Amino acid sequence: MTALVDVANLRVVFHGDRGQTMHAVETVNFELARGVTLGLVGESGCGKSVTALAIMGLLPKASADVSGYVGFEGTNLLGLTNAAMRDLRGDRLAMIFQEPMTSLNPAFTIGEQIIETLVRHRGMNRAQARARAIELLRDVRIPSPEQRVDEYPHKLSGGMRQRAMVAIALACDPQLLIADEPTTALDVTIQAQVLDLIRSLKRKTNAAIILISHDLGVIAEICDEVAVMYAGEIVEHAPVDALFEVPQHPYTIGLLASIPRLDRRVETLATIEGSLPDMSEVPQGCRFAPRCPFASEICVGSPPPIANIGARHWSRCVKAPLEEVRP
Amino acid sequence: MSAPLLEVEGLRRHFVARRSAFGRPTATVKAVDGINLTVPAGSTLALVGETGCGKSTVGRLLLRLIEPMAGSIKFAGRDILAFGEKELRAFRREAQIVFQDPYSSLNPRMTVEELISEPLALHDIVPASRLRDRVAELLGLVGLDARYGRRYPHEFSGGQRQRIAIARALAVEPKLIVCDEPVSALDVSIRSQVLNLLNDLRKRLSLTYIFISHDLSVVKHIADRVAVMYLGRIVESARADELFANPRHPYTRALFSAIPVPQPHAQRQRQLLEGDVPSPLSPPAGCHLHPRCSYATDRCRIEWPALVDDPSGHATACHRWRELPAITGTSRQDAPAPRLEALMAKFTRRTVVREANGVDTLKVENGRPN
Repeated sequence: MTALVDVANLRVVFHGDRGQTMHAVETVNFELARGVTLGLVGESGCGKSVTALAIMGLLPKASADVSGYVGFEGTNLLGLTNAAMRDLRGDRLAMIFQEPMTSLNPAFTIGEQIIETLVRHRGMNRAQARARAIELLRDVRIPSPEQRVDEYPHKLSGGMRQRAMVAIALACDPQLLIADEPTTALDVTIQAQVLDLIRSLKRKTNAAIILISHDLGVIAEICDEVAVMYAGEIVEHAPVDALFEVPQHPYTIGLLASIPRLDRRVETLATIEGSLPDMSEVPQGCRFAPRCPFASEICVGSPPPIANIGARHWSRCVKAPLEEVRP
Repeated sequence: MSAPLLEVEGLRRHFVARRSAFGRPTATVKAVDGINLTVPAGSTLALVGETGCGKSTVGRLLLRLIEPMAGSIKFAGRDILAFGEKELRAFRREAQIVFQDPYSSLNPRMTVEELISEPLALHDIVPASRLRDRVAELLGLVGLDARYGRRYPHEFSGGQRQRIAIARALAVEPKLIVCDEPVSALDVSIRSQVLNLLNDLRKRLSLTYIFISHDLSVVKHIADRVAVMYLGRIVESARADELFANPRHPYTRALFSAIPVPQPHAQRQRQLLEGDVPSPLSPPAGCHLHPRCSYATDRCRIEWPALVDDPSGHATACHRWRELPAITGTSRQDAPAPRLEALMAKFTRRTVVREANGVDTLKVENGRPN
């Protein structure tokens, strides 16, 4: 299995105007094969969106230092010129953002925004592109696409807008699709519809998908593999079943424990005490140690090694595998 | 059951969305279209529903932040709609609100101490000499250190800000707090800290909550009773355990089945609702849900189903709920394996709400320190 996407030692450091630095992403590594959906999960500020933007080459060059390697079909995207990246984006690389109201251009019709992509990347004429746009809107299950194609984004509901966003992203059959919190702004019944749509698209196309979400429920529904991020690092990477059945990083376990369960009511919900570390400098030891109920002295001094647990399953924890820890 | 703190009948509020050139309304949104609620003192009622169902409007109506067009609201037996300015001001001491977004609900130019002491000074609750101590007590109550008083809201994380907003609401020693999506803007690990805090405070201070949320899994852990709203009306209302075990209304069932469960091969008996929520400007005739409901019949398209209470107190507004196939309710989430359960238990620690002298002050009804 050759990987379509190969991210190695990705690091992003932001510089402020007054000399401050923020280590948003530190040594992120993962591989992604065609047809596989990788979930990137973590809480606000963990670096999951920055990772996505770095892959897409969308971080401002002036304030963000991106280093490492982002391989896409064997080419390092970080070495490409802006013009070469523009040729890839919208064509073989596509992205869906969280808030469809702000990521669609309100001054153009939905159709216009799909046609633009097709004309730019596929060299279609407008009539062909329009016909294809209608087809795409039908694929994402927008009712009466012949009329919708001429409507402006504000005329559509949130769910419809997100479908239109998906249609734009899929216009050129991308090989890699990054969806950044695609359902977070939607109501739960609409979220279920959009997840259903993404699931069926997964089956139809052979694209690799990176799905970014803070919601482990959404991850469980869609993904084949999961990378859990904390404070700029991937702390655990596992096939989806293993992650939810035998998680090996305390942060993953804490996240799973914090989700209010539907099958029972408890007096006190589990919590991860404390808050994220200050990212203005790189912490010495394990970044989760101050909040970790399993932590001891060995966690504080030096960065934790990567423990290989099983097939494609690793955890950045000195205590992993956690089986031996007597509760 | 204890005496009701809040009794609401026939509450109605429409908003004019468009007017003709002569100022005559041409389109109205029936945000709240005739709802009844009874909330016993010391309990939590959750109002659940999706965007635009009217749940936040209900919260604001209950506090008279907006005026209803019809209906009655009784708070501790008194008709709050008859209150004059002076009585209304006194009522503000008894009923408070915590908003969703602690980034916009706290004035960024005020320190925490100023934020919390403002209501104390407004209502003249504490003499100026004791103000600082009282603020420290309130901060302790919500699990924040008193030395944070001099800081500004931007120096705090979302969870800490929500604690400050809660401390501010508690400052006037209210009986009722309307919590409008208080944890929706928070990360999952922080969300449970705030939920635990709210639960704790309710028990210690005998508070009554109206908990407004779109998230049923959160509601499960905090509510005694749940009312599900759809387009301005309550479609189902029951004790929380009963509603979660036996959801009757097709809309409630769809809400349940749409919750993504953190379990890769969970049985997904999806009851997908077709289409979008209709525009509240022109809600469908009959049962508002009928265009999206797979069980709808001709009767549903014409006749609006009344909310009918059964003897157990489980009320449903559906013509057909008795005929609907039984569903397994919410049991589709399995318990975790013993190893994982043991590891997860490490994260269950009681959030210690520090004992402060203020607690007793708060417990005593209207206990004004002299």
